[in-house]
Amino acid sequence: MATIIVDVMLKPEILDPQGQAVAAALPRLGFTFATSVRQGKRFEITVAGEPTAAQLAEVEEAAEKLLSNPVIETFVVRVEK
Amino acid sequence: MRIGVVTFPGSLDDSSALRAITLAGGEAVPLFHASDDLKEVQAVVLPGGFSYGDYLRCGAISRFAPIMSSIIVAAEHGFPVLGICNGFQILTESHLLPGALIRNQDLHFICTDQPVTVENVNTPWTNGYAKGQRIVIPIKNGEGSFQASAETLAELEGEGRIVLRYADKNPNGSQNNIAGISNARGNVVGVMPHPEQAIEDLTGPSEDGLTFFTSILQSLVAR
Repeated sequence: MATIIVDVMLKPEILDPQGQAVAAALPRLGFTFATSVRQGKRFEITVAGEPTAAQLAEVEEAAEKLLSNPVIETFVVRVEK
Repeated sequence: MRIGVVTFPGSLDDSSALRAITLAGGEAVPLFHASDDLKEVQAVVLPGGFSYGDYLRCGAISRFAPIMSSIIVAAEHGFPVLGICNGFQILTESHLLPGALIRNQDLHFICTDQPVTVENVNTPWTNGYAKGQRIVIPIKNGEGSFQASAETLAELEGEGRIVLRYADKNPNGSQNNIAGISNARGNVVGVMPHPEQAIEDLTGPSEDGLTFFTSILQSLVAR
């Protein structure tokens, strides 16, 4: 069994009000390290056995068609060991 | 004139849209997401709500409903489609309209009577308005901030495809105060405000929204 991870992030030029709200909350807790915060989504997809190249290609296609909206988001697919 | 309204799991304003069509003098036809049968309607409304719980992204899962495969093909051939609120989100996810709708700038769910200006009256859904007419119709959404690339915005502005613009004050951070747009052909229109909730004095802030529904009936008669 392996896990394929798809990370989806808003494109840098798209306003991220959720990330901004988190960034504004951090200093209230005394955390002053952040100059900005962007919030995204992570999908953990479990497959039986080691993922094949064909499966990974299908995940890429699914990420483009469903898991992300290419108009506003980018994605990265990777296999977690 | 048969106008369809699609019910998705989680649609909320489908009955209001059906009622608006009836009040405008049309024959309102309920359509169901799980069927690809358009029941010989001459135009279709995608209503507001939270289809499929708005999981993943608003409208993202509805786009793949069987009824949408029929609507996408028909829309590409000039079939009139109006998406209201969640319906607008479904149209952008379907790539029938450009851009995307994201979380409101201040993160609030906004429910208010909103003044907007009708900018494009050359669509089958807005031909009964006067260009520049100021109308008041409700908005009620959490993800109504319209975003698009600079090229897309320039194209929308240059081709006069902004259908509605927020007047007075931008409620949610939408680029260029955009509240509604059309496709290049004009048959597909998406709006965040709810015209079906402003069709009579008793239940809405105005009767301004009814003209969307009388406009489509008028343009179908004129065909």
